[in-house]
Amino acid sequence: MTKVTFKIWRSNGSPGDGKFQDYETDITEGMVVLDAVHQIQAESASDLAVRWNCKAGKCGSCSAEINGRPRLMCMTRMGDMPEGKPVMIQPMKSFPVIRDLVTDVSVNFRTKKKIKKFKPRPPDAPDGTWRMAQSDIDRVQEFRKCIECFLCQDVCHVLREHNLHEEFVGPRHLVYTAALEMHPLDVEDRRGDLKDEGGIGFCNITKCCTTVCPENITITDNAIIPLKERVVDKYYDPIMRFFRIFK
Amino acid sequence: MEGYTTVKHDVLVIGSGGAGLRAAIEASALGVSVGMVCRSLLGKAHTVMAEGGVAAALANVDDRDSWKVHFADTMRGGQYLNNWRMAEIHAKESPDRVKELEAWGAVFDRTDDGRILQRNFGGHRYPRLAHVGDRTGLEMIRTLQDHGIHQGIEIYQEFTIIRLLTYSGKITGAIGYDREKGLFKVFESKAVIIATGGMGRIYKISSNSWDCTGGGISLAYHAGAELIDMEFVQFHPTGMVWPPSVRGLLITEGVRGEGGVLRNNKGRRFMFDDIPENYKNQTSMDEEEGWRYTQGDKNARRPPELLTRDHVARCIMREIREGRGSPHGGVFLDIAWIKEKISNAPEHIRKKLPSMYHQFKELAGVDITKEPMEVGPTTHYIMGGVKVNADTQMTSVSGLFAAGECAAGLHGANRLGGNSLSDLLVFGKRAGEFAAKYAKENTIPSASVDQIQRIIEESLAPFNRSGSGQNAFQIQSQMQDFMQELVGIVRNEKDLNAALDKIEALKKQVEQVSCDGNRGYNPGWHTAIELPHMVTVAEAITRAAIDRKESRGGHFREDFPDKSEEFGNVNISIKKDAAGNMKMERVQKEKMREDLKQIIEEMK
Ligand SMILES: Cc1cc2nc3c(=O)[nH]c(=O)nc-3n(C[C@H](O)[C@H](O)[C@H](O)COP(=O)(O)OP(=O)(O)OC[C@H]3O[C@@H](n4cnc5c(N)ncnc54)[C@H](O)[C@@H]3O)c2cc1C
Ligand code: SF4
Ligand code: SF4
Ligand code: FES
Repeated sequence: MTKVTFKIWRSNGSPGDGKFQDYETDITEGMVVLDAVHQIQAESASDLAVRWNCKAGKCGSCSAEINGRPRLMCMTRMGDMPEGKPVMIQPMKSFPVIRDLVTDVSVNFRTKKKIKKFKPRPPDAPDGTWRMAQSDIDRVQEFRKCIECFLCQDVCHVLREHNLHEEFVGPRHLVYTAALEMHPLDVEDRRGDLKDEGGIGFCNITKCCTTVCPENITITDNAIIPLKERVVDKYYDPIMRFFRIFK
Repeated sequence: MEGYTTVKHDVLVIGSGGAGLRAAIEASALGVSVGMVCRSLLGKAHTVMAEGGVAAALANVDDRDSWKVHFADTMRGGQYLNNWRMAEIHAKESPDRVKELEAWGAVFDRTDDGRILQRNFGGHRYPRLAHVGDRTGLEMIRTLQDHGIHQGIEIYQEFTIIRLLTYSGKITGAIGYDREKGLFKVFESKAVIIATGGMGRIYKISSNSWDCTGGGISLAYHAGAELIDMEFVQFHPTGMVWPPSVRGLLITEGVRGEGGVLRNNKGRRFMFDDIPENYKNQTSMDEEEGWRYTQGDKNARRPPELLTRDHVARCIMREIREGRGSPHGGVFLDIAWIKEKISNAPEHIRKKLPSMYHQFKELAGVDITKEPMEVGPTTHYIMGGVKVNADTQMTSVSGLFAAGECAAGLHGANRLGGNSLSDLLVFGKRAGEFAAKYAKENTIPSASVDQIQRIIEESLAPFNRSGSGQNAFQIQSQMQDFMQELVGIVRNEKDLNAALDKIEALKKQVEQVSCDGNRGYNPGWHTAIELPHMVTVAEAITRAAIDRKESRGGHFREDFPDKSEEFGNVNISIKKDAAGNMKMERVQKEKMREDLKQIIEEMK
């Protein structure tokens, strides 16, 4: 058992309010950062706000910045923190703070709603079912692992530094769109939306989103780049356009 | 006087797990206005954690499967205490509900011929669980969420309902507060559906998420609804035991379905040592046959590791108690051994059980493709809950419906794995359908302002005691400790009575709970408001457990270790009496329809 100091961001959510506050608590083997936050809550700060649900890395609620890095608090082991140094915990910077470590992520729900929903082709079999080969859905299943933690949205400079939430849907929603566009049954076309409202052009492939994804989704290479190619195919490729006109 | 705002909906759904979402989708499709309230953000409900799969007799992998076999399996698993009509509806309708998910965009794992793949699970005779690796719950909730947001449902995220509102025995709505600001809101509605999930968090060792406090069961009880089967809590045999901070975290039964085996510290597969009589015909007699079963050999019988959860959990407890456990007080679950059987084992394991691989690697520093896991029982599911009409899901309160884990009946004394996700879909849909119908046929009497003011005052009382009263977190953890110890897997009258005494003492403490700070996103206050509900659920479980003087399914009494014929025909029902006390009653089960009886006979 060792005593560790935590520097936790406390804020009442109004603009300009907030400061780091120090807390000390005992750490035992196997503890994760979220355990430490809970312990602090029980011992000395019963009103310390933190969002969590599963404590198993499955729901994507407990996103925060630990020592400056966007991570899930429940999947960050204390043992992996540098020894003898305080642990710094801040809310995600890309989103407005509600209180302490809790941010207002509602923009993500609004953004998703604007993306055209799944539209399947007519069923393949008389009983209303479809046939799909496993090899054709592996890619989509990778995207569907997303737990909507919004850490990728947090790290993406377009949202983080430039606050372009209204202009750019961000990596999470590009992954979502990719899952729909590459779904073998889907017949909707979202390429125009991606280019315009989606603002896919804002992404300059820095790959920061891929680095922080706790589900190890290869966001940039597997989702964003292929989507960019599809958009280019439709709107900028002269030969393709030529064929489309005369089809 | 503290203010509040009011909104109106035809149907109010409390909870946005699988059951709540499916209900809301159905009700809104029928043209009524729907509000859906959830304590967490959308898509984060406990359903997201479900791993192994959703049970439906699609017969894609084994064409001998049918609703009849599923029905018989469910009844056998529930030790015949199930509501047989619910078991029938569930078995018949779950295939359509799963196929419907595919039409809404779900991407289940596939068979070689491109259909939905199904896997083996404890108590299911044939491979029956449609799945997506070991993250089926995520797939399900996301599919429902992404479909639901386009249905015109009004969604209230991070709102907690603290009381249902009734007027002369009829539901009139509910009252709650938003976490962000701590402001009160009254939801006036003609029909209310509770889909609030389970109660694992009243125990210390649990696989459940933060959200699972049993709140909805208590809301319904205090509104006058009848509860049944509250003594039946499922302890899942395989939770993590080490390190302490992840104790209880679930290890999916899918590990055993894929060939994982249980061993004690002598290396023995102890599950072969105790196979119950009524499962002897269906259980393999040697290790080789068990392995063949997990690999899809239709002539092989299932290995004893895949017996029902109640039984496996008790066998594990026995090994631990008799000193044959693992270093941290569990037993060993080994999937790495399959490298003796297949060449690309590590890759195969990572592909089939990605979250498990991840979970052990990240949280325990164990590579499950190389070493065995340490596992022990964990509080997982409650079979009991709010009593509902099998066809409509209406509770004993007019206009109040319940679906999902908070409702009771389908699973009897023990739930089969995979039967919950299908339960959510089948009965979520039905609750939505019948609540919409009810709403169309009824008007709302307006809620009583006095009643509302009283509730608000009670909810704010902990602030008045700021600095002087009891700490909510400490009371909660006291309760978790004694529920685990006294009302856990192995029960007896003395312990249960001791628990009841503690519950009575707890009630007094709860009245003295205080909290600090202000109302915005205040976890101390939130816990203070949840506590009385948790205590109600703990009391119901304990009282029912005292009353059932036999052992059956999830309920094991060491002072009455056998099944009793008398109790085999009764459900224990709980209601709030006029004086505000818990009233227990043993209710005779309705006689099963002849054709269903015959199915059970045929499948024996
Ligand atoms: C780790 C794990 C794995 C599992 N795996 C499987 C599996 O493979 N197959 C299977 O069939 N089952 C499985 N189960 C069981 C299954 O996941 C649950 O029984 C099921 O998801 C419960 O769903 P629900 O819709 O009833 O409730 P939940 O998903 O628990 O949702 C409850 C909802 O109610 C809301 N709520 C609660 N109280 C209030 C309140 N007072 N006010 C407002 N909102 C409230 C919550 O916010 C939440 O939105 C598993 C369970 C666990 C713990
Ligand atoms: S790769 Fe694109 S989406 Fe990802 S962080 Fe960089 S700019 Fe943002
Ligand atoms: S893509 Fe990854 S980082 Fe982004 S929200 Fe999903 S899980 Fe989180
Ligand atoms: S609490 Fe669910 S991901 Fe951390």
